[in-house]
Amino acid sequence: MTGCGAPAQTATLPANVDAGREVVLTGTVLSGGEPVGGAYVRLLDSSGEFTAEVVSSEGGDFRFFAAPGTWTVRALHRSGNGETVVSPEGPGLHSLQISVA
Amino acid sequence: MSRDNVLVSAEWAEQNLTTPGVVFVEVDEDTSAYEGGHIPGAVRVDWKTELQDQVRRDFVDRAGFEKLLSAKGIANSDRVVLYGGNNNWFAAYAYWYFKLYGHQDVQLLDGGRKKWELDGRPLTKDVDEREATAYTAQEQDLSIRAFRDEVVDAINTKNLVDVRSPDEFSGKLLAPAHLPQEQAQRPGHIPSAINVPWSKAANEDGTFRSNEELTQIYGDAGLDGSKSTIAYCRIGERSSHTWFVLRELLGHGDVKNYDGSWTEYGSLVGVPVELGTGKD
Repeated sequence: MTGCGAPAQTATLPANVDAGREVVLTGTVLSGGEPVGGAYVRLLDSSGEFTAEVVSSEGGDFRFFAAPGTWTVRALHRSGNGETVVSPEGPGLHSLQISVA
Repeated sequence: MSRDNVLVSAEWAEQNLTTPGVVFVEVDEDTSAYEGGHIPGAVRVDWKTELQDQVRRDFVDRAGFEKLLSAKGIANSDRVVLYGGNNNWFAAYAYWYFKLYGHQDVQLLDGGRKKWELDGRPLTKDVDEREATAYTAQEQDLSIRAFRDEVVDAINTKNLVDVRSPDEFSGKLLAPAHLPQEQAQRPGHIPSAINVPWSKAANEDGTFRSNEELTQIYGDAGLDGSKSTIAYCRIGERSSHTWFVLRELLGHGDVKNYDGSWTEYGSLVGVPVELGTGKD
């Protein structure tokens, strides 16, 4: 039985994920221009409803599997918070940067 | 039931790190978080390898729980403060589990690891050895644990609260959006269940919402406070979070957690399953 905890966040996709079929939101959390690990990155749907949360890796990386639509990706960190909005129209890798301050 | 009996704030926790008789316990599925830094003095419990039977799908038995807590250096009289990642899902699961085996004094750290980290409070990699105890557990308190047959019987009778995301509830997904989709069971939900995602009960820093807000959320969703309630999710940890809210924060009398949850129910032969939002 696999739990519900988030897997390790990496910049490269796991081998079993096909970016030609999935809407992948991937990106980096930055503070003062430098990547920060340990940020809590939350995926909110178009109504602002919580969908998923992961913790950024040491290199600041995070990743979600979403669907076409409008999403807010919000990062919380002890140095501050930040967010960005993304509207993927179809499958593929959608790269984001979120600055926290 | 007072909030202060079942929850402690991060501030209180930091002031009581070395208080005799208080034991902080980090519970996670991924225990690498603990190794990277934990609350000073906290012991670790591994949700997967220490709380689950490693052969059958069930919990460790009473003797196994006694052995585990004895080895961790936790005494019957200790006040156990649980915390973890994932918005305290696994800590809430452990809270329910400690209650199942009759531990009297157990609390959750409000906000868990997230709130602690966002506050910039201290973490350490040092592991303190605690002297072993002779812990005595009770028989499982089955008034808080639901099994599959009573879940089927609860359809259209009790409150069934499905705390998964709307897409898991409707049958679009089999697992949360941050996980690869896995396991060959039927998607959907138990007929007559209401869908109140666990996240509705939490603020973004992982702390629980106020009792007034919580009462409104479950009331608006159609939870009938005069009835018994069974909460479920996929494997029983997110629903522990909601079980904690309904029974320990809001004081509802008869609330059970169905730990078999969708990975069991969605694989049963012959039981009714509903697709869609449930509101049609």
